[in-house]
Order: sequence, then C-alpha cells, then structure tokens
Amino acid sequence: MNQAAKAEILTTDGIPLKVSLRRAERINKFRAFALVLPLTLFIIITFVIPIIAMLTRSVDDKQINTVFPKTFELYKQWDRKELPTEEMYATMFGEIVNADKRAIGKASTRMNYSKSGWKSLIKKSKRKFKKIKEGPYKEQMIAVDKRWGEIGFWKALGEMADPITFGYFLNAVDLKYDSNKEIIRQPENRRIYNYTWYKTVKISVLVTLFCLILGYPIAYLLATLPLKYSNLLMIFVLLPFWTSLLVRTVSWIIILMKKGVFNSILVWAGIIADENRMQLIYNETGTLIAMTQILLPFMVLPLYAVMKTISPTYMRAALNLGAHPMHAFYRIYMPQTVPGISAGGLLVFVLAIGYFITPELVGGADGQLIGHWIAYHLKSTLNWGLCAALGTILLVVMLALYWVYNKVVGIENIKLG
Amino acid sequence: MSKTDSFVKFEKVDKSYDGEVLVVKDLNLDVAQGEFLTLLGPSGSGKTTTLMMLAGFEAPTNGEIYLDGDPISSIPPYKRGIGMVFQNYALFPHMTVNENLSFPLEVRKLNKSDIKDKIEKALSMVELEEFGNRMPLQLSGGQQQRVALARALVFEPRLILMDEPLGALDKKLREQMQYEIKHIHERIGITVVYVTHDQSEALTMSNRIAVFDDGVIQQISTPDILYEKPENAFVAQFIGENNQIKGKVQSINGNNCVVKTEAGEEIKALKVNINSVGDKTIISLRPERVEINPTNSNFENIFQAKIKELIYLGDHIRTRVEVCGDDQFVVKVPNTYKGAEFKEGVTVKLAWKATDSRALNSR
Repeated sequence: MNQAAKAEILTTDGIPLKVSLRRAERINKFRAFALVLPLTLFIIITFVIPIIAMLTRSVDDKQINTVFPKTFELYKQWDRKELPTEEMYATMFGEIVNADKRAIGKASTRMNYSKSGWKSLIKKSKRKFKKIKEGPYKEQMIAVDKRWGEIGFWKALGEMADPITFGYFLNAVDLKYDSNKEIIRQPENRRIYNYTWYKTVKISVLVTLFCLILGYPIAYLLATLPLKYSNLLMIFVLLPFWTSLLVRTVSWIIILMKKGVFNSILVWAGIIADENRMQLIYNETGTLIAMTQILLPFMVLPLYAVMKTISPTYMRAALNLGAHPMHAFYRIYMPQTVPGISAGGLLVFVLAIGYFITPELVGGADGQLIGHWIAYHLKSTLNWGLCAALGTILLVVMLALYWVYNKVVGIENIKLG
Repeated sequence: MSKTDSFVKFEKVDKSYDGEVLVVKDLNLDVAQGEFLTLLGPSGSGKTTTLMMLAGFEAPTNGEIYLDGDPISSIPPYKRGIGMVFQNYALFPHMTVNENLSFPLEVRKLNKSDIKDKIEKALSMVELEEFGNRMPLQLSGGQQQRVALARALVFEPRLILMDEPLGALDKKLREQMQYEIKHIHERIGITVVYVTHDQSEALTMSNRIAVFDDGVIQQISTPDILYEKPENAFVAQFIGENNQIKGKVQSINGNNCVVKTEAGEEIKALKVNINSVGDKTIISLRPERVEINPTNSNFENIFQAKIKELIYLGDHIRTRVEVCGDDQFVVKVPNTYKGAEFKEGVTVKLAWKATDSRALNSR
C-alpha cells in the first residue's frame, strides 16, 4: 500500500496521472454511454422487464391469498382430517360474498388447477349465497352444493396457502402436489410434458445433426469454389433465407402431403404403389424435414465464414508431408472448422428448441414441440403460470447448454466471420 | 550426364492454366544432387508455378519431370516424399510444435520412440528444443519459420522446396535466416530448390541461380557469373544495379565491338549478345566498375560527364551523372576524402574498361 502511494506518478502539472487520465477519458466514456443509451432503454423496456414479469408468474401464487386472506389464516390451524369448523365455513362464506367479481374469477381459475370443479363451485356459490342471510353456514353451504361437504376440495386449498408455489414447475414435468403437499406423478392420462420435452430435444438434436451433414459439404464448396461459381451457390443458399417462413412451410405441405408432389412422382415413377403413398407430413418426419430445410442457412453461413479463413496451403502442406487427402482433411482441415461447427450447431439448436410455427403447421399431433404447449396455455387455457414455468425451463436448459458448451469448447471459439 | 547431375530434371515442360497463355514455356532444367538452386524472377515469371509442378500441386501441361531418374508427373504429392517450406509457413494452428513435427512421421507409421528422436533432432537443428509444447501462434515469425523448416526436414525427404520462405520476416531476421538455411544445407547436404524474387537473397544462398522472366529461364549460372557476366539486358537489370546505355553496333572485332550512342560517342565494349553491325544494343555497366577522374590510364573508355545529383548513403555517395546522352547514369563513389570533393554541376571524367561494358541484346 505504502509502496503504491510512493509509486504514484504525477503529470508535469503535479496532478496524479490517474486522475488526469480519468478526466481526459471522461468525455469519451460519456459519449459511448450516450450512444448505447437508447438501445439499452429499448431493450430493458421491451425485453428484459416483460420477460422477468412473465417468468415471475411461474412461481407467483399471491392472487388467491388476496381474495381469501382470513380463510387461509384459519386453514393453517385445520387438522385436515375431517371437515373444517363452522368458523372456517363462515369466513369462507363472508369472503366469497364480499369478493370483487373479477378477483374471485381469477382466484377460482387458480383453484381449479389444483382440483377441477372449484371454478364451477365458486361461480355457483357466488350466485346462490346471496339468499343465505344468517348462520350457521356450514349446512346451508353444503345444501347449495354438496361439494362443500367433500373434504378433498378443502384439502386442495392447502397447495395454495403459500404466496409462492412450485406447482407450475411440477406440472411442467408431469408432477403435482397431492392434498398433503407431497409431490406425486400426474395421473397416466395427463402426462404429456415429459414426452414433449424429450421429443423437443430429440428433434432439435436431429435437426442440428442433419443441418451439419447437409451444410458442411455446401459450406466447403462455397469456400473453395472460384468466385463466379461460389456467388451463384451463395444465392441458392440465401434465396430461402429471403423467402417468407410461412411460404416455405406451406410449400413443404404441398410437396410432402399424401397427394402431394413427392408422393406423386414416386407413384408415377413406379417406385411405390398408389395405395402405399407415404405419410410424410403432419407427423415427426414432416417436422424434421421442414425444420432442417428452414434452419440450414444458419448452419451454412457460420461454417462458410470460418472455412473462408482457412488457407488452402494447410491442405497442401499436409499432402506434402505425406498424408492421404482423406487423412489430411480429417486431421488438418476439420479441426480448424470446429469453431464454425460449434457456432452453427449452437445457433441451429437454440432456434430449433424453441421453434413454433413450422411444427405447428406441419407437425400434426405427433410432431409438436414444447412451443406448441406454451402457445396453447397462453391463448386457450390462459394458464400463464404454466406458460411461464415451461418457458423458464426452456430458458434454463438453454443457459445450461451454453454453460456446458463454454466449459467444453470455450465460447471464444465461436466464430461467425 | 551422370545421374547425380540431374537429380531433378525438367524436360520440355510447358504449363498453361487457361489454354491461352503459357506460364512456363519449354522448360529444361537439371538440378544436381546436393545443390542449392534458386529460381529467381519477378512475380508472374513462372518460378512458383515451376515449384508447384515439382511439388505435385500443379500438373505440367506438356513434358515430364524426373526425380532421381523416375518420371513423377503421375505421382500424387503425398507420395513424392518432397519436403516443402511454404510462404506463410502453413504450420497447423491447432497443433503444438511437436504435433506439427510428428504429423509427417505418424502418417509414415513410424513407432513412437523413433518419432520422438527425430523430432528432438530436428528441433535441435533449428535451435528450438525448448519450444516443442508451444502452439505456432505463440512463436515469433522467425521461430515459426524455423519450425516450418524443421517440419520439412524431419521426415528426411530427398528434396526440399522453399517458396519465398523469408518473405514475411523483417530485414535483419531475413538476413540471419539466410545464413542459417545456408548452413543447414551445407551441413546435411540435401538438395534444395528455392524460390524468391529477392536477388540479394538468391546471391547469398545459392550454388546456382535460374533467372526467370515471362515463363522462360533467361540465364542459369552461379551467382558471381550471373552478376559479372549477365547474358541479356533483363538479367543485367534484374540482378544488382546497372547502367544501361543505348546505341548501335558500329564495328565488331572478335570478342570486342564498338557501339555508337545516340549522342555520337563511341564506346568500346565486350561483344556478348549481338550479332551484326548496325544492330541496336544496350551496353550494361555496373556502377562500381566506373572510375571518376582516373589516376592511371588503364581504361579504354574515358568520357566527360556532368554531375546531376548526389545522394548521401553513408558508406558511399550515389552520384547521378549525365554521360553519353544518358542522364540516369549512376556511379557509386566511396565516402572517402576524394568523394567529398564532388558537387552538383561539376564536370568530371568517367572511365571504365571495355571488358566491363557488355553489349547486350536490345529488347
């Protein structure tokens, strides 16, 4: 410390050099900051905040606690063995009658996730409780709807007692809380997400693999052909890039459907019989074919950019040193394209794992990815908590992959050009 | 001609890339075993193409190349057993120095201990024993150059090719490497074919130099003969500094001739590359063979000249004069007491011998 103080360098005017430097650099820093400020604000407002707000819904369970605060107070003392006391019935009654109509609607939706039937029960009760003037309430409530007398409905409330829940995350991997807040598997007929997760990863891996197998030779040709041919080839690679995604997807439907171009050509050529036309679309095959074609440029371009920088003299040197062309390619050329393979692979995989439109249109029942369920719950069931949980898992999987990738390959090895 | 005199032989080799222009024309060339031959020429003269044909990366359009008596045109490059040092070294960037050196040995399926020995030997030859585990990019340009040399030598090829290997180094390092390569060549006695456009590099290192221009060897000879006795105007002008005076042949007498310049002076010269009286010719004369204000009278040619410009270069003063109607005539004056007397605009006497002024063909 003492030494550092002694070693402090002064300018000719006697100001410490560091202070002087900071002063001189301040205007540059300010300018740089001002340049990125609009974009930073834009991203924070339109991207970061909405995503964080959405993701918090995956654990947020406050809604119901604001509608039934007193009931939940009493709930904590309940033994959960027999029906609640008259006091708890009375409190519940009061809170249903006095609740805001919109708020209780939302709350009942949430209650329905833990046990279906709650929504209609609340709706019916809200309507009919107006007739009940005074206690005791227990029998009268059961008289309105006998479900008030079923202990299962009361137990299901326990899951919602805390303002934070992991129920949505459990749902997203085919698990749930039972009425004692133990984690159990979903009933057999409601297990859909694990299978979808598995298929999402499988299709993404396959698409990445196919893109690599198809894209590598093209990128190699692009990088090694004389300019006048490679430009033409480049246009062929980029042409689909400039065409609307929807148009391309629909074209695949026309080509691959049972009465479509591909099957008809095979029948015409006599390779398959008319009654044996292949089912190539509205299933996993269709999703694989269409997604591979659509994501191919994302593999070709990074590969091309890397291959372009590899001097042909390396191959010449390897041949000169006595290596067979195949061996030289495998030992000398391919290792140098690894940054391109990883960049392209990561890009295609990231895009594929969250892909929505193409599988939605060509996937049928069998070829759907997780994006389908996110959209379904977002638009149809309005279960945004589950949406957020699915989305969060997707995000975490991506970040984890990224982390593993960085450990294994090193992020600095990614090259896009 | 014995076998060792034509270890490498080009026979009537033509090369064209597009079927319209010949890059190499009717090349006939013999390289003796153990010789250091340099192909020297400006860019586009066909020297690199010649080297690439020898390495096997380009196929001759016509003719045949022999290595140790065997035709090699149909042998692919990886079976030729020729070592090569590339212009930008072409060290494999994803491999360490050791891995780079073991690559040619591994593909030859040598066993591990032999590989280790040979790598050690090769690295010690270029004095880089400590650098085996470095990546090529962690080395300086000169070190990379040496690794490239070691890699080309490690599998004990019959022949080494070098394609402007020193082009990327700075001047001082380049000169140092020239000597190192020369010494390694002398020590192990391997045959080397070296391509460069740098004439001083060629003069320093080679046993013989083949001067290329326009796809044709203009002259092939030892460095001293090439410098002292250029056979045509291109060689005279490409190698070293050179004064050229235009004129017409007035008379020929045996090996000597008299050339009349456009201004009317008669210069006594050596007949080198002219045929008959009346031909246009260029007289080539090295600047260091010209004396200013000579003290003795051993010179056949003595002319009045006017000093136009003096350029101070430290050890000598580059003096541009006007003589025989040529105002680009350069004389190198050593920076001695005598040299300091000259001033611009002064008239002096220039003198040179008839044997130093060579009458060459005019192009």
